[in-house]
Amino acid sequence: MSKLAELARLIRSKNAGPFELTFDIMFDDAAVYRRVRDSGALTREAVAARYGLPPAEVKFFYCDNALAVKASIPRPLPQGDLRDGDGHGGQQYAPLMDIEIP
Amino acid sequence: MDEIRILSPTGVMGSGFVETSFERALAHSPHFIGCDAGSTDPGPGHLGAGHAAFPRPAVKRDLRLMLIGARRLGIPLLIGSAGTAGADAHLEWTFGILREIAREESLSFRLALIHAEQDKAYLKRRLGEGRVKPLHPAPQFDERTIERAERIVGMMGAEPFLRALEAGADVVLAGRSSDTAIFAGLPMQRGFAPGLAWHAAKILECGAAAVVNRKTPDCMMAFIRDDHFIVQAPDPELRCTPQSIAAHSLYENADPFLIKECSGTIDLTASRYEAVDEHAVRVSGSRFIPADIYTVKLEGAEKVGYQSVFIGSIRDPFIIRQIDDWVTRLEGRIHARIAQVYGAALKTSDYHLHFRIYGKNGTMGPLEPVKEIRSHELCLIIEVTAPAQETASAIAGIIRHQGLHLPIPEWSGLITALACPYNPAHLDRGAVYRFCVNHVVEPDDPYEMFPMQLCSVAGDTVRECSP
Repeated sequence: MSKLAELARLIRSKNAGPFELTFDIMFDDAAVYRRVRDSGALTREAVAARYGLPPAEVKFFYCDNALAVKASIPRPLPQGDLRDGDGHGGQQYAPLMDIEIP
Repeated sequence: MDEIRILSPTGVMGSGFVETSFERALAHSPHFIGCDAGSTDPGPGHLGAGHAAFPRPAVKRDLRLMLIGARRLGIPLLIGSAGTAGADAHLEWTFGILREIAREESLSFRLALIHAEQDKAYLKRRLGEGRVKPLHPAPQFDERTIERAERIVGMMGAEPFLRALEAGADVVLAGRSSDTAIFAGLPMQRGFAPGLAWHAAKILECGAAAVVNRKTPDCMMAFIRDDHFIVQAPDPELRCTPQSIAAHSLYENADPFLIKECSGTIDLTASRYEAVDEHAVRVSGSRFIPADIYTVKLEGAEKVGYQSVFIGSIRDPFIIRQIDDWVTRLEGRIHARIAQVYGAALKTSDYHLHFRIYGKNGTMGPLEPVKEIRSHELCLIIEVTAPAQETASAIAGIIRHQGLHLPIPEWSGLITALACPYNPAHLDRGAVYRFCVNHVVEPDDPYEMFPMQLCSVAGDTVRECSP
């Protein structure tokens, strides 16, 4: 088992417009990417669970030619709204870092 | 024409680029220069207040180099989303900078200004006709939202840029634009495949962001041909790889394969990326699916109120271990003191208090999966938003005094519970705004929301001419 953060080149989050948040999990090595993709551990359901959402609210993609996994969720609050604490959405990825990959 | 060469000097005007890269790019004889000058990324305040996110001298430096370069080669310069949010105030601000440069450099050119700020009566009419549709997720949007909004802009497609060029413009300064629309129009007009034009535009709009080894914001070029395009950064030290170019479609997009534009959808599911050498990548197979109905996305900001922010920190482990309860008690005391001071003149519903506890969950709020506090100190940011700055400031003063001496059972006697790094202990933030719309309009045509003004600029004189 490895943690996702030990396998990825970059895990990041960012606004995709003011109303959505998107996560990119990017790899350097095709074999490592395939291991994560095929592990069954990094899925729409896994992301939904980490952010307390029903899976249907998560957009989820395997991007083979970019060696990347991508997920997008509705922002918990619109960007810059009164209680929003992360205007660029840049620090919302930490819950993904310790997903265990077989 | 078997190739169109496009130069994007940087991802956002005002963020800079390297002058030697720009000169190298000009040596490739680009057919036009395009630059995105805005985004919603800095937040709703720029649209709401009519201010730009990048400093004036920084925008002027970038614009000066682009304008001189474009005039030297006699090629069009297309700028979209002027002044960050692309409303009339932002367009006017950027136009002021452009005029200053024209005067200082004795430049002459035909200029098109394209407005993107939306008339409220027009929006109400389209809303009434059922031609304003929500995206997902979308806030409530009705006539009252339109009336409350400080500014609403439409995000223009490629067509208004092309109309400006057809009217003879050398320089197009446009309000809010789809980032890609700045770059995609001309290649399509010259007969290149829409799929390639839009995909190249998607990469270009971020400048050199798609390279492997990004050093600073810098120039990017695309060479669109019959059945493929090549992307390459003019700085020979910057490398593009098939992976870096493919990965760029992930950035700030909810969907990495399908990207919605006014006139259709960019479809990257069949895109192929191949290395030309260690600097350049060949892209092919990208498609564009025309939409049945042309749509224009709206962005709007409304004023929420005026804000003051108190900042203080806590080091006492007794307070830290009961922080949630302590904050609840503090909130109660603040409300009680406000009621005492203002009476019926200020109801609880007239102002908004918000507590951010850094060291606990300040960054992620309710989404924070770590529930126990592992830090030996906490930072408290307490915000108040009220109908007037004077009221927000006064309440921030109340917050400070109530927080400073709020007792805990472990100590007897007067305590001072908060460390204040600033004096005064709060900061007045002025008006604050929120995004109030995530909808599209279905206009009759791509132009009705984007009126154009044509001017001829010659040094220090600007004459308006009819299109």
